[in-house]
Amino acid sequence: MMLAPQDEDQGGAAPRAKAILMITLNGRARQDLVDETMLLVDYLREVCGLTGTKQGCDGGECGACTVLVDDRPRLACSTLAHQVAGRRVETIEGLARNGRMSRLQQAFHEKLGAQCGFCTPGMIMAAEALLRRNPDPTPERIRAALSGNLCRCTGYVKIVESVRAAAGPAVEAEAAR
Amino acid sequence: MTTLMPPFRLHRPASLAEAMATLSSTPGGRPLAGGTDLLVNLRRGMGAPPALVDLTSINGLDRIDVGADGLVLGATVDLARLGDDPRVRAGWPALAQAAAAVAGPTHREAATLGGNLCQDTRCVFVNQSEWWRAANSYCLKVRGDTCHVVKKSERCYAVYAGDVAPALLVLGASVETAGRDGTRRLPLADLFREEGRTHLALEPGEVVTAIRVPPPDGASTGYRKVRVRDSIDFPLAGIAMSLRRSGDGLASLRVALTGIASASVLVPDLDTMLGRPWAEIAGPLAEAVRKACNAVKTTVATPKYRRRVSAAAAVALGAELWAGQEESAA
Repeated sequence: MMLAPQDEDQGGAAPRAKAILMITLNGRARQDLVDETMLLVDYLREVCGLTGTKQGCDGGECGACTVLVDDRPRLACSTLAHQVAGRRVETIEGLARNGRMSRLQQAFHEKLGAQCGFCTPGMIMAAEALLRRNPDPTPERIRAALSGNLCRCTGYVKIVESVRAAAGPAVEAEAAR
Repeated sequence: MTTLMPPFRLHRPASLAEAMATLSSTPGGRPLAGGTDLLVNLRRGMGAPPALVDLTSINGLDRIDVGADGLVLGATVDLARLGDDPRVRAGWPALAQAAAAVAGPTHREAATLGGNLCQDTRCVFVNQSEWWRAANSYCLKVRGDTCHVVKKSERCYAVYAGDVAPALLVLGASVETAGRDGTRRLPLADLFREEGRTHLALEPGEVVTAIRVPPPDGASTGYRKVRVRDSIDFPLAGIAMSLRRSGDGLASLRVALTGIASASVLVPDLDTMLGRPWAEIAGPLAEAVRKACNAVKTTVATPKYRRRVSAAAAVALGAELWAGQEESAA
């Protein structure tokens, strides 16, 4: 028995219900008319044009699509856009201030925490969530917090060093910046 | 390669009553919580429900209450919070350990207790892309008529891979549900069926609303998980245990397995070990676990490996809990 894959069955044009979605994205309130079936990662990339959030495995296995929802890390590929209605969503684009990288971004730059860069936005957002909860984590805590984020270039050593370099008391000073 | 999302309607009810009304008026509608299992499966072409009802928009369904009757957990408590809760870690360590062992840290921020219990069964022949499964003529679980694991089988052998269920089984938990015919409460074991397609004994439109766990009874409890990558994967085998000793003899023992059959199961016939010292228990315990482990080739690891590692993990966990009982008595 051989059946056609389902995406061909659908002809790619099945009618979709849409609804108004209101969120705070990187500090700014916005509203859009969004498909009820749309994933958060597609909303951020296709509707908002914020392509910093990466779609990697598309199944919650790699962490590249990690964003913050009310300060907590969330996989944008396994979340419907409407599930974060009314919440604060932050992406990699929201970390820089006045054209300057955040301390964590600067640390990834200086400590060579990024190589090809595809996992980097997810890594940084997962690390950002950790540092907001625990501004001075041990390397073990950093490894645990990033254990759902895959990198195929660095071997992780430089990533953990980058997060450590951004840790410490100055994090609170930066938050007041 | 993934497919388009099926064209479902999304409902975000503010109350459980509203959720139940929507589910009962929408045949085939399914509850949604963290989405880490269901949304991924829908993207892989596994199912096309006409509606999803998001339970995480309901206020008060995520409570963690500790009282004289034990622990009451709302269905949408997320696993990160459950694994971190100091009261749960102190009183029901097996539950906290199991919650903290699910997937990766970011999954646990979204994934819920109810969703983890009700997660779909898994198999190497089904958790693949739509194209992969189409090229393999599909299988008994989704769209096909042949089981590739057990040829000529009329049942599906897809494996139940939830980590939290075995912990709750050894803790004697019960489940509260709401459905078209009102609410009911059932022992957790009765929530599961040993069949990969119909592994949940829930009526259409019925949802798990809360879990009740009895107070600690003096036993030491724990959960051990074996997987390919310790940071993220589903279990190849998982063992939860509750063990109490009295002096040098065993006073009570409950062991539950996951990742080895279409349901999480309690290991039977452990009573013969009661009253005996650990040295006389380890061997029969390994044998009882091996016998209860009817794994077939549904994962990347062989059934033989999963049987042997289940027994080994049970003995290692048992030795640890046995020693812990001595310390707590001293």
